[in-house]
This record gives sequence, C-alpha cells and structure tokens, in this order.
Amino acid sequence: MENPLVITSSPHLHCGMSTKGIMLDVLIALSPAAVASVLLFGWRAAAVIIVSVASCVTSEYLSRIVLKRPQSVGDLSAVVTGVLLAFNLPVSIPLWQAAIGGVVAIVVVKQKFGGLGFNFVNPALVGRIVMMSSFPKEMDNWVLPLLGSAADAKTGATPLYTLSQGAETTYNLKDLFLGIRPGCLGETCVLALLLGGIYLVIRRVISPTIPLVYIGTVFIMTWLLGSDPVVHILSGGLMLVAIFMATDYTTSPINTAGRVVFAVGCGLLTVLIRRFGSLPEGVSFSVVIMNILVPLIERATRPLPFGEKRRLKHE
Amino acid sequence: MSLKEWLLMQTRGGVHAPHCKHTAECETIVMPPPERVIIAMSQHIGAPCTPTVKVGDTVLVGQVVGDSDKPVSAPIHSGVSGKVTAISELLLPDGKKTDAVVIESDGEQRIHQSVKPPVVESYDDFIKAVRQSGLVGLGGAGFPTHIKLQPKDLDKVDTIIINAAECEPYITSDYRECMEYPQDIISGALTVMEYLNADRVIIAVERNKPAAITELSKIAAEVTRPGHEVFVKSLPARYPQGAEKVLIKTCTGRIVPKGKLPADVGCIVMNVNSIAFLARYLKTGMPLVDKRLTVDGSAISHPKNVRAVIGTPIRDVIEFSGGTKNKIRKLLMGGPMMGIALMDDGLPVLKQNNAIIAMTEDDVTINEPSACIRCGRCVKACPMNLAPPTIEAAYMTDDTGLQEKLGVTTCMECGCCSYVCPASRRIVQTMRLSKQAVSKSKSKS
Repeated sequence: MENPLVITSSPHLHCGMSTKGIMLDVLIALSPAAVASVLLFGWRAAAVIIVSVASCVTSEYLSRIVLKRPQSVGDLSAVVTGVLLAFNLPVSIPLWQAAIGGVVAIVVVKQKFGGLGFNFVNPALVGRIVMMSSFPKEMDNWVLPLLGSAADAKTGATPLYTLSQGAETTYNLKDLFLGIRPGCLGETCVLALLLGGIYLVIRRVISPTIPLVYIGTVFIMTWLLGSDPVVHILSGGLMLVAIFMATDYTTSPINTAGRVVFAVGCGLLTVLIRRFGSLPEGVSFSVVIMNILVPLIERATRPLPFGEKRRLKHE
Repeated sequence: MSLKEWLLMQTRGGVHAPHCKHTAECETIVMPPPERVIIAMSQHIGAPCTPTVKVGDTVLVGQVVGDSDKPVSAPIHSGVSGKVTAISELLLPDGKKTDAVVIESDGEQRIHQSVKPPVVESYDDFIKAVRQSGLVGLGGAGFPTHIKLQPKDLDKVDTIIINAAECEPYITSDYRECMEYPQDIISGALTVMEYLNADRVIIAVERNKPAAITELSKIAAEVTRPGHEVFVKSLPARYPQGAEKVLIKTCTGRIVPKGKLPADVGCIVMNVNSIAFLARYLKTGMPLVDKRLTVDGSAISHPKNVRAVIGTPIRDVIEFSGGTKNKIRKLLMGGPMMGIALMDDGLPVLKQNNAIIAMTEDDVTINEPSACIRCGRCVKACPMNLAPPTIEAAYMTDDTGLQEKLGVTTCMECGCCSYVCPASRRIVQTMRLSKQAVSKSKSKS
C-alpha cells in the first residue's frame, strides 16, 4: 500500500519540549555567571570553562563510540556538565587538571553507569571531589578577583575559610552579592546565579522547591548555630550548587515531597560540614551524599495513587 | 463555599493542551444516509451483540439489527432502511474482531413500527426503555447506560453529574449539544434525577465555553428547586478535566476509591450527549442511530460538525464534510489525546465516536524516544498521582506485585505523561503493557 496511515499509540500530541531544549535553557541560565566569572577573574576563567567543556564533550563522544551506544553528544548534557565543573574550580587551576576533571565526570560517573539519566551522583560534583583529593594544593589556591578594593593582593582566604577559623569575615554583603571575593570561578557572583535561577523557574525547567528549601535550611541552621546566616548563604558554592546542581533531574527525587526531604538533607549536611567538619565548605559532599540516598527518599515519599488511603503498618 | 470544601475540590496534575476548538461555532450539519452502512456488533463495553437479521432481510430505520442476552450489553439499531447484503467480520480500531451487518440503503428512510415513545411509569420501565434505546456512554467509553443507571446501592446516589467538560482538543460535539439542544439536556437530567431519586444535578462545563455556561445556567435556574437542584458548574479548562474521577472530585470533592465506581460515592456521571439523547428518546422513541461528529484536523478542508448515521464509513463522512486539502497521514477516531489511530478510512462510525481527526504529515512527527532524564514532569502531570518512571522500572524487572502496589491499575491512559515527556518516551504504552502484565498475573494466581 502506498503511503499508508501511521498507527501510533495515543496521545497524538506532544508539548514540543526536548531534552536538548532543556539543556539549552540551562546553558542560557548559566551564561550570566559565565560572563561574571570572566569579569571577575579575567580571561583565564573563559579558558578554564572552554577546556572543561571540551574535555566533557570529547569524553562523551568517545565513550559512546567505545561503549557502542547511540551517539548522545547532541543532547548538550555534556556541555552543561563541563560548564558546571569549570564553575566549581579555582581560576588558577592548571588546564590539564581541569581536563582530567571532565574525563572523570563524564567517563567514570556518567557513561560507565549508562549515560544521561542513569548516573546516580552528580558528575560535575564528583569530578570536583576527585580533583580535590588528587590536586589538593591547586584546588585550594584562591585568587582574588580583579575587581574590588583588594586588587593588589594576589591570593586570599575565602570568606568561609575565615568563618571556619572563628573569625569575622572582612567582606561586606554587597561584595559578597556581586561576587567580589575569592572563590571558585562560577560560584561567587550571587546576582548572576540568581538571574539564571529565576530564568529556569520562569521557563519551568526547574521547580523552585529544591533551591528554596536547601538555602532556607542553611539559613535557619546557621542562624540557630549562632553564625551570620546571610554571610553563609552568600558564601561558598551554595547558590551555584542549590540552583544548578542539587536540581539536577537525574540525581534528585522525581516527586515534590522527595525533593523537600532531599533539599533539607543537603542543607543540614552543608551546615554540619561547614561548622563541624574539617573543610570550610561542604556543598559538594552534601549533595553527593544526598544523591546516593535518592532511591531511599523516593521509596519513603512515594506518591499515593488517587483513591488510595495510606495504610498503617499493622493493617 | 468554605475553604475546606474548596480544597477538597482541587485536583492535581493535568496539562494545558492546545484547545483547537475550531469548530465550536459550526452548527451541526445533517449528513444524508450513505449508500451503505456497516454496523459493528460491538459498539460498547461488554458482551458483543449477535445479528438479529439475515442476509437478504429488509430493515427499516430504528429496527434492531443486533442484540445480546448478556446483562452488560446494549441493542444496536439500523439508521437506514434497506436490504442486508452481508454479515461480515470487521476489525475494530482497538484490534478486536467483531461481526458487522452491512446494509445497502434504499434511500427512503422508512421508519420501523417499533419506533414509538416508550411508556414509562416506574423505575423499571425507565431502565427497560434506556436499554431499548441502545444508549451507551457517548463520551467515548461506551458503557451501556442502563447498567450505569442500576447501581448496586441506588439509595446512595444523590448527585447526577452531566459531563460537558469536553477537555479533549478539537472536539466540540458536546459543546454543540449544549448550544443546540439545551432544553433536552435539562429535561433529560430532570428525568434521571426523578427516577434515581437524586438530590441534585451538576452540569459540568469547562470555563473556555462561556456561551454554553450562560445558556445552560439560564434554563437550569428555571427548573431548580430545593431538594432537586439543577445548576451549572464552570470548571478549569485543563485536560483531563472531563475524566470521570477528576470530574467527580472537582464537582463534589468526593474521591472514588481505587477499584470502586462513581455510584459508590453517590454519583452518576453521564455525558451531555447521552442525557440529551435520552430526553429525545423518551419523547420520540427513535433509538440511537446517529451521532454528531467533529470532523477536524490539518488535513480537512472544511472542519465542521456532522450528524452521521452510525455505521457510515469514515471515508464518506470526510467526503461529505468537504474532503481533504492535504494527504491524511494519521486518522484518529476520537480526540488527539486519547483517540485511536485508524488503519483504514473505511471503518464505520461507532456509537461512542465523537470526532474524526485527520492529521497531515506535519502533525505526525515521531520523535525517537531517548533516555528518561527523571525530570519528574510526568509525575507532576499525572492526575492520578502516579510515578510513571518508577512503574516503568518495576515493569522492566517483571515485578507485577510492585507495579500493582505503585497503582498502575489506577492509570486511565489520559496521555498527560507522554504529552509532557521531553525525552518523548512512550509512557502511556508502557503503562498499558504494565496493566496487562498485572491483570495477567492476577488471573494466573
């Protein structure tokens, strides 16, 4: 029969959204912070981002070939991972080390577990953690921004390091908000990160649940523990991680109740590590630990189908 | 309304699908009987009918051509007068095979002697008349109405909900009924309320049909009285607002428990076309022999609403509507969210059809499904509060116990999950397979 009728299962309409479109939206949302990183730390920030992205994309491309799986580099998820990894590195990082971080994130964490949708922890965060343990000196070298009052000094302590030593931070809130402080290249400019986050919420790429609950938990906990909550939420990688990394679809719960539990857990762990741990910052570890707990959280917060009543254990 | 009541009436999930109600203002045009009708013997949920006529018989309009002695069934009538030329096998859109009575029309439309207003003096007479009318749920499900009107516990039923939500894109068949026969709708509703001894009739219409709401409210206000209320409720225009369980919750705040029927929470839901038909049947005695169809889609030259005799080949209906302007690549019986794609345009119109949607190549984009990114959009869109990715994982591991525990049998295949999936995964298809696996394992044990 010539040109037969197409038979498919219902529904016969689709909203038109695609994985690639979502990743593109995330990249758009990340761009203000990328611009800010170049303004704050100079052109080397751009070089780190480019190397990290190139490493991730190449790793993704080659992994799919070696693993004999359909090519997936076009979905742009590797680009997002690359940008996020770069955002979590100090600007002074040797470029070859940034490239290794990308390989770890994509090959070990993502593709070895089946690729997009199957990795159980956030690739960029594990890439960062592996780099922290492999290159501790380079990963703890904090260059001061080009902008701002202390422009003549080359390196300095991050606000969280100062806080963890029990001292008062020397940065005022305006500088913290604009990102004029030492730190990883994409994490410092809270303004740019918030702009990206608002864009993602408006485009309905993410729901605001995880960022709000995560940041809210950190705020309340640090306040209860007697620290300055505003400095805490504006410092370190909290904004970057809460908006862009804890909200990673694959490694966070699929239901709202689960997301609340997940975000509270991230917040509690972050404060515990910052306050009582040996590291000044704990967002990466908190999110990765909570990533691992996602299957359990989902089981505990399973949505109740329409028309069913929650049963008590003894019934 | 108190805040608590309001909260109870809220429903979750759903999607904002494009409305595409192009034919809303197209008055129904009656299609003359075709040369030949193919009357399927299974046009309802339940036992199929067996033909009551033989090849060579002369049949008249309104004559029974198929019936069954099984309780869950409804008789089938001829919509033309003419000669039975064949009784052949027909492959229905859902893949089931059934007998079909083929009648060559003589064009005279002589009416059978049995067509006269039924004598209804009691509830039993009423149920008998409903059965004789051949009425099944015209909203699409095709459940025999006389069975629906005999719930296990009749005293419990206090609310009749008339479903005019019409949340499926494109379809305007229910809307046209509201605009063209509002009196019949109200009169049918009053009759059902009387015989079922209910307290109220709620006519549920989506907010995007303000003219229907105004029209029906006006007539409802004239007939409503304390203890026997009739009123119109305007609903959010959100697919699948017209799904039975969703509708009951939005109208009454009641939740139909898993595995139970609307009557168990005191509700009977009837499609607006069904109720208006019932009113006309009680007046004229003409059984269900024709049906209003919305003919639309990008391949149709002149979208419109057509009243066609049941059994008319779809090809003829499209021809009558003005034909196609582009090549049809996908032909749907029903709306684009839950309709069935047809393999052949020679299939006949069935009782429960309310639309023919003909799509062109451009609308038939098939994206290859990619890996689930666990974005949770399907979970958010599910009106039944299910988690499709979790069910899919359980299905892949053949764990039917877990699939059932996750509530897959509650799935009504509304399609919201597939509609929103950015990875274009065939979620509804997986849910169907999972439901089949669960019912198979149950029948085994």
